[in-house]
Amino acid sequence: MNVRLYVWQRATATLMVPLVLVHIAVIFYATRQQMTAADILSRTHSSVAWASYYALFVAAVSIHASIGVRNVLAEWSRLTERRAGQIAIVFGVVLAFLGAHAIFALVVA
Amino acid sequence: MIVHGLKHRGSALWIAAMVHRLSGLALAIFLPAHFFVLGLSFHGGARLNSFLRWSDQPLVKLAESGLVFLLTIHLLGGLRVLVIENFDWHDGQKQLATLAAAVSAAVAFVFLVRVF
Amino acid sequence: MPETPAELSVSLWRGGREGRYETYAVPRRESQTVLDVVTYVQRHLDPTLSYRFACRVGMCGSCAMTVNGHPRWTCRTHVAKVAGDGRLEIGPLENLPLIKDLATDMQPFFEKWQQAKGVFAPSKTRNDAIPRISPDSPARITADAAIECINCGVCYSACDTVRWNSEYLGPAALNRAWTLVNDERDAGNAARLRAIAASGGCHSCHSHQSCQEHCPVSLNPTASIAGLKRRATAAYLNGELKS
Repeated sequence: MNVRLYVWQRATATLMVPLVLVHIAVIFYATRQQMTAADILSRTHSSVAWASYYALFVAAVSIHASIGVRNVLAEWSRLTERRAGQIAIVFGVVLAFLGAHAIFALVVA
Repeated sequence: MIVHGLKHRGSALWIAAMVHRLSGLALAIFLPAHFFVLGLSFHGGARLNSFLRWSDQPLVKLAESGLVFLLTIHLLGGLRVLVIENFDWHDGQKQLATLAAAVSAAVAFVFLVRVF
Repeated sequence: MPETPAELSVSLWRGGREGRYETYAVPRRESQTVLDVVTYVQRHLDPTLSYRFACRVGMCGSCAMTVNGHPRWTCRTHVAKVAGDGRLEIGPLENLPLIKDLATDMQPFFEKWQQAKGVFAPSKTRNDAIPRISPDSPARITADAAIECINCGVCYSACDTVRWNSEYLGPAALNRAWTLVNDERDAGNAARLRAIAASGGCHSCHSHQSCQEHCPVSLNPTASIAGLKRRATAAYLNGELKS
């Protein structure tokens, strides 16, 4: 972990504090209202606001989680730091892709 | 090789850091599945609906409460780190760490009650 | 009230990495320290026991060992405080190569001290005027709060990040680097910031605070490292560091 990775991880963490709080509130609301898929989709479909919010969230979490995974692999497995970094990048890319796909499904399709 | 010094791993702050790391790992494993499931809504929601019906099962609701707990405690653990690293030192951190665990448990419990 | 046993049951680590604990019976004495116990074994029971000490009075840090699971100065650990049930388990310090029995090789610890640039870099010669440093200046107060480190290795031994990450410079080296970062007279900060901002530097610290909990001189390396993180981050964002 060097200063560059540290800055990215702490910055995305700080950014996600409000994003996570909103997300938890949304989950509470949706479960209380016992929303079906149709209910959820009617709210998210064609919504620029939801798309932007979740796009930001997916980008931040992909960076944050991949750096975290990198650290855990480097410290707890026998992988070299370089190899841990490579695996972490793949993980981050996969997460970003799956997240983008989910947003697309909820907002566009 | 025998490890000679294991006792301090019971201290509140060490546990806080370990819970933070383990909850992060658990969330990192959970997230791809979460995104994948949301992507099931792609074709108008039928597949997502069948998933949401599956998630009516009590064991799944319990797991979801667990996830809410993990997310909350990871957030609060992260706040602990951000505060240590960016603000003046305060000695009351052990108490704060314990409080954070209690708050997370309370949030998850409220969620559990609401979904049942 | 249970009677205090007249003898202690003392398990000492014998051998190298592939050694084992051996148990000795040591007479209990009033105001006995753990160092007294180890010394008794070596003098009266087994002269082949290897251990390290010097001042015996809590000033040099040479006698640090793992006592009942915690790294401590054995000369400043009263038996009554840690062995209420009459049992002691004493091993070498963690995270350092073992020479024999209770004596570890401190070389990696000091090498990391150098790597972290925990060395004063002078900015003046003997021909210059002596700089006036006010003890009240915020930087000096900050440096003074961390300056009393005597390199005993207890914090290094207590730190899990040291255990998990062989490149991690460790709490003592980084704590000393922090005192020098706050020293107005020092001219080596460019190189020092690069050293502590690199892989294995201050950013590897997870703030477990085991260092602070165990430091026999009540220092707080976690706080010092937090200061280094802020300083390195600012330098990075200002473009002063290349990463």
